Amino acid sequence: MLAQQLVNGLMLGSVYALVAVAFTLTMGVLRFLNFSIPGIFMVAGMATWAMLKGGAGLALALPAALALGAVLSWAVERLTYPQMRGGDHFVPLVSSMALLILLENLALVAWGSDQQRVVLPFASASARFGDLVVGVPQLVGLALAVGVVWALDLTLRRTRIGRAVRSIAEDAETATILGVSVGRVVPVVFVIGGVFTAVAGVLFALNYQQVSPFMGEEVALKGISAMVIGGMGNIWGAILGGLVIGVVETAAIHWFGARTVDIWVYGLLLALLFVRPTGLLGGGFAGGRA
Amino acid sequence: MSGYLEGVLVVLAINVILAYAAFLPIVAGQLNLGIAGFMATGAYLSAYLTNAHGWLAIPAALAATALTALLALVVAFPILRTRGIYLALATFAFGQVVAATILNLNVVGGASGYPVAAHLGFPAIAAAAAAVFAAVYLLFHTRFGISVTAVSDDELVADQMGLSVRWLQAAAFTIGAGVAGLAGALHAHHFSYIEAQHFNVLLSIYVVLYVLLGGTQTIYGPLLGAAVFTLLPEVLRGSAQWRYVIFACLILALMTWRPQGVVTRSLLRRLLEWRRPAPEAAT
Repeated sequence: MLAQQLVNGLMLGSVYALVAVAFTLTMGVLRFLNFSIPGIFMVAGMATWAMLKGGAGLALALPAALALGAVLSWAVERLTYPQMRGGDHFVPLVSSMALLILLENLALVAWGSDQQRVVLPFASASARFGDLVVGVPQLVGLALAVGVVWALDLTLRRTRIGRAVRSIAEDAETATILGVSVGRVVPVVFVIGGVFTAVAGVLFALNYQQVSPFMGEEVALKGISAMVIGGMGNIWGAILGGLVIGVVETAAIHWFGARTVDIWVYGLLLALLFVRPTGLLGGGFAGGRA
Repeated sequence: MSGYLEGVLVVLAINVILAYAAFLPIVAGQLNLGIAGFMATGAYLSAYLTNAHGWLAIPAALAATALTALLALVVAFPILRTRGIYLALATFAFGQVVAATILNLNVVGGASGYPVAAHLGFPAIAAAAAAVFAAVYLLFHTRFGISVTAVSDDELVADQMGLSVRWLQAAAFTIGAGVAGLAGALHAHHFSYIEAQHFNVLLSIYVVLYVLLGGTQTIYGPLLGAAVFTLLPEVLRGSAQWRYVIFACLILALMTWRPQGVVTRSLLRRLLEWRRPAPEAAT
């Protein structure tokens, strides 16, 4: 029973973790809390639902949803980043929030406000390990999540663009002086963040089989908390934070009831901010590794 | 006055009060994303005092304002140990914990909401909004306003000039929270029903957006921001489905046009010069 709760918590946590990675990317590089992320998450989830309903296979729906996330995130960059230069650091908050309102209401116009049921193109299979029941799509999703984060970590540590991203995170001005083209690297950061958000949205749609125009909000708040708990700007911290929150949430539901979830999750966040604001794994981009 | 117009004006007045609740900490360099939590505290305290102890609405609202400020003062010191985005997230977490705690408090109805018997009409709420504006105006024409701005401009220098940075920050945070509590109490007594779910983080974020859109440099920014956010969706009511889509596009356009907020110091100066030609222009 306890092990089953842990598994459920980790599954939920993997969705939070991916959203947390998206938040931590823009936060770590640009010190920008990007509120459009829940919108992109929702669009990816709802687009998956719409495409599956329209008869498209998963092989088409999945890449299409990810591409949509990338394009939307790039558009967000175009509309918010120019305001960040020279402006107050919380100004782009307004634009990114306006984009969230825009995406949510466009979805509302296109698909209505009802919660929609996602019909899976495959029979829901589950694997048993002794008493443990684990959904196969969830397992695949978890593996996918770890895979993309690992790829991101490698990219940041080993490639030219990764080095450029880390240098901007360290000090954008110095990076510019040393010949890093900030204007070219920043859109890449947004696109990567958009893809991560979209993966999370698709995973959510497939795992929990329900989507709605406002599905992103609650998940994004947990994602932000996960980012802080793991350590802002730290990718593996975002993963750890997401899993911690997923487990805390399922445990709170199990022992104290669904209504107390927010007290535990956000109480934990508040306590952590007081005691260790740099998070469990410490802040700093990609763990500050050179 | 028609019922519709009065309804819109009540919401406007409450939103203006909320905007100043967010504005006070923002000028001190604190992004408070827990406004909804303080608003909920004020709303439930005032409702409880009238419902359970037979207080009248106005004294209850004032007491709730004071108690909310007291709560804020208690949490100010641990919260203000954090700074920047960490402070914003700490206030966010605090607001979430407050709303979730109320959701589990059965003495005030828990998840099923809390009906409020004592009613306050438009005149009282409008008077409260005017009083809050007047208080902020006076506050920013005293040393306090200048000191708070100095702290947010450069904390180190402000400290060296002998300003008590910690107390100024705590004061801005506490007064802002008290004002949010007042807005909550007025909300409770006007709409006669409150539920914890209403006071969510999106409400807090919206209130901060009023201020950022209006502009943080002058005390007129929050007034304009609250008015835009309240009235624009009403004006767009004609296109029911698309109104928030249009609204979002207009906000985006506005922020691209004026990233510092609509009302800035230089804009005000130009407006004043336009009314009263500057001496060098007269010669």
